[in-house]
Amino acid sequence: MKPEINLNMKVLVVDDFATMRKIVRNILKQIGFTNIVEADDGANALQVIKEDKIDFVVTDWNMPNMTGLELLKNIRATEKAKNTPVLMVTAEGLSENVVDAVKAGVDNYIVKPFTAETVQAKIEQIFAKRAGK
Amino acid sequence: MNVEFINPFLSATISVLKTMCFTEVKPGKPFLKKDQNSCGDVSGVVGITGPPNGSMSLTFSKPSIIQIVSNMLGESFQEVNDDIKDAVGELSNMISGTARNELGNKGYAFKTSIPTVISGPRHEIRHMCKAPTIAIPFTTSAGAFVVEISFEG
Repeated sequence: MKPEINLNMKVLVVDDFATMRKIVRNILKQIGFTNIVEADDGANALQVIKEDKIDFVVTDWNMPNMTGLELLKNIRATEKAKNTPVLMVTAEGLSENVVDAVKAGVDNYIVKPFTAETVQAKIEQIFAKRAGK
Repeated sequence: MNVEFINPFLSATISVLKTMCFTEVKPGKPFLKKDQNSCGDVSGVVGITGPPNGSMSLTFSKPSIIQIVSNMLGESFQEVNDDIKDAVGELSNMISGTARNELGNKGYAFKTSIPTVISGPRHEIRHMCKAPTIAIPFTTSAGAFVVEISFEG
């Protein structure tokens, strides 16, 4: 059974490439999300998270200034955002990278290249797990 | 250069273009490239740190990259603009990352740099080492592009 996902939640898409932000945004829109904001690196994302109410973060791994892994660790260390679901979308598919991300508290992980169906399934897994299903 | 490195870049290119850009590509016969002249209009270059050290580049003809990015983003493009250049960077990132993952499973611990994008007629591609460059030509229904790899050793 698919989890109920609040499609009005505010989603932050983080990637240094505008192309990938656009691809992820398009997929999120296809799924039905309507409230999507963007940041072009981890440091800017953290600023948005501190200033705004972000309900879900989709982030790249390999970014200048602050990597996705560092962003994730910062999110988990920020009282206001420590429970925010985080989906990592990255070219980093090596097992040690996955382990690092899981240890840091990532909710789910997608290795590029990916399909829209994969993104949707990973998001559904996150919210099903969070709902205890 | 270790010929074991060629196939991961070839299969990564096919996979990324098919999955992310909905574009079927056909590889041609790899050849030894002896100069730094590009085989197209816009290139992405990624440095690879090993050992062995090396680099990868993607060079697209204007018609091929316009179709590829139009497919990828669901928008129509006419020129090699900033959106197209950004997409070339991201494609370079994804293809090098996918190849690196496959080589990682074979025991190679590579790191890749943030891609650099170069455009314009007759631009040069400077690979990171002095080793021979292997070029793999590809065709799409809109035109050609080339993947180059160069590794020391």
